[in-house]
Amino acid sequence: MVNVQGNQDWEGRYYHIDQILDAPGPRTDEGFMAGDDVKDFLRNQAKILVIGAGGLGCEILANLALTGFKDIHVIDMDTIDISNLNRQFLFRQKDVGKSKAIVAAEFIMKTRARSQGDAVSIGLAFLLQIISSGEFLRYFGKIQDKDDDYYLQFNLVICGLDSVEARRWINATLVNLVDSENPESLKPLIDGGTEGFKGQARVILPTITSCYECSLDMLNKPTAFPICTIANTPRLPEHCIEWASVLEWPRVHGDKKMDTDNPDDISWLYAVAASRANEFNIEGVTWSLTQGVVKNIIPAIASTNAIIAASCCNEAFKIATSSAAYLNNYFMLIGVEGVYSYTFEHEKKGNCPVCGGESVSLSISREMVLEELIELLTERQDIQIKNPSLSTPTKQLYLRAPLQLEEATRPNLLKKMSELIPDGGEVTVTAGTLPFSLSLDISFT
Amino acid sequence: MIKIWSMKKNEEAAGKKKPKTSAAQIRVQKDLTELDLPSTMKTYFHDPADLLNFTLTITPDEGMYKGGAFNFSFAINSNYPHDPPKVKCTQTIYHPNVDLEGNVCLNILREDWKPVLNLNAVMVGLQYLFLEPNTDDPLNKEAAQEMSKNRDEFVMHVKSSMRGANIKGVQYTSVISQ
Repeated sequence: MVNVQGNQDWEGRYYHIDQILDAPGPRTDEGFMAGDDVKDFLRNQAKILVIGAGGLGCEILANLALTGFKDIHVIDMDTIDISNLNRQFLFRQKDVGKSKAIVAAEFIMKTRARSQGDAVSIGLAFLLQIISSGEFLRYFGKIQDKDDDYYLQFNLVICGLDSVEARRWINATLVNLVDSENPESLKPLIDGGTEGFKGQARVILPTITSCYECSLDMLNKPTAFPICTIANTPRLPEHCIEWASVLEWPRVHGDKKMDTDNPDDISWLYAVAASRANEFNIEGVTWSLTQGVVKNIIPAIASTNAIIAASCCNEAFKIATSSAAYLNNYFMLIGVEGVYSYTFEHEKKGNCPVCGGESVSLSISREMVLEELIELLTERQDIQIKNPSLSTPTKQLYLRAPLQLEEATRPNLLKKMSELIPDGGEVTVTAGTLPFSLSLDISFT
Repeated sequence: MIKIWSMKKNEEAAGKKKPKTSAAQIRVQKDLTELDLPSTMKTYFHDPADLLNFTLTITPDEGMYKGGAFNFSFAINSNYPHDPPKVKCTQTIYHPNVDLEGNVCLNILREDWKPVLNLNAVMVGLQYLFLEPNTDDPLNKEAAQEMSKNRDEFVMHVKSSMRGANIKGVQYTSVISQ
């Protein structure tokens, strides 16, 4: 862990921020504690996690530091690519191939040690000097490597991610973290995302507002071409590249997985796609287009990132200080033709698999067998389930259908619950009569 | 801080929790246990503990593919239902919409997939391909051409391919159902 400590606050550094924090205004929350209390929380107590140190992440890190957050942690599993350098301003050419999270933190440390006016431009040097007075901790790896305890230590999480899967994971983790006994377990999640000239920023209060999973069906689907077009009537260079990656790769390489980060694999695809393009008189297949298509790269626009990062950090500041009403709960930006933005409240989805399911605590005897538990579920007035299927996070307990799975899980019906799950274990119930699923917290008496 | 927080921090307050069942896993459980399949379709799990990988067998009871048993492998990833299931035919069959490598051209498996669709929709879609092969968007171009130009010969080739014949240098899998 790199721990960048130091306090380089100088006279007047927070002059402008303090205008907001020194006195309540018409939009401040009633819990707002103007003056030293809120400044102390912002600058000495608030612990914030930034997930992603890419295009959005670099902007977010800079904004947070400038706003006055000091204890900032950053996590990213990616390494730096040469194509990142135009907008991910914490990285330099010599850093290509290194971890984004580590370089982002180390760059700041080095800049602090270096005299001002070194290779970096004066404006940037100034910016970095400000950033460097914050405290950064970085982690190079997957967000999935970290357990609940890790996420519990933060007050706030900001995501600048490019992956749907990673967002779904962190969203589900933070929703699951909420413990009704412990108000500290509710971690606001601010999610930023950009795609070309379009972007969104949203505030998710896990279990209170709609979550990321609630809006999954709003997502643009990734561009996919009909496989028959790829196979028979290619018209675009993309069709040729998809032909190489979707049809030719598995035919030639069998089960060997394509590594889109391996230049050799991209070169192979490029060669195959180029010869197909030649055959059909299609122009425009290039090495970088090949890489772009197989990695599903959408050109990143630095200004979109800057706007969305600013919006995210504004929300983080408002939530942490309660100096103004925060976003409720979805801001979208469309900069394709002019600049259009719209803010609305995305509603919670009743049948959301992450935040929509109800959770019921059941206290049962160790001796109770699974069959009796199912009977209990169908009889209880407040649950009223017909034909439930049950599983734990690691295995199936009893599935109604298909027949083969019913037969495989049937022996469990006569097993004691204490043999199937640990005390305090969780059981997920699905049934046609439920909106989505029901989660049972089982404890033994 | 906004009101949902209390001022004091208590880092050790919440005990360590168990991994929660993923949204993909619950959704697959729901899709599978609520499948509503006709008797012409059956699922088979090589490992009943693994719900994400299984085989679907389609035995059409009408149309020119009647009498065959066609196997498709389903592979579902942890990003389901954002990502569609990956479906491949595991046999070499003579069909306008299935190529010799087993790739299937079905719109809802690629360009028209939506998270509101489910495994049942995909399976019913696959069965439909055997009742009404689609010659407009072929994957096996020769089969499609033959079907639209010379239907009788096409049906003959379908029948012999299903018995495991070798047609124009291609060895087809015998798919006659027992």
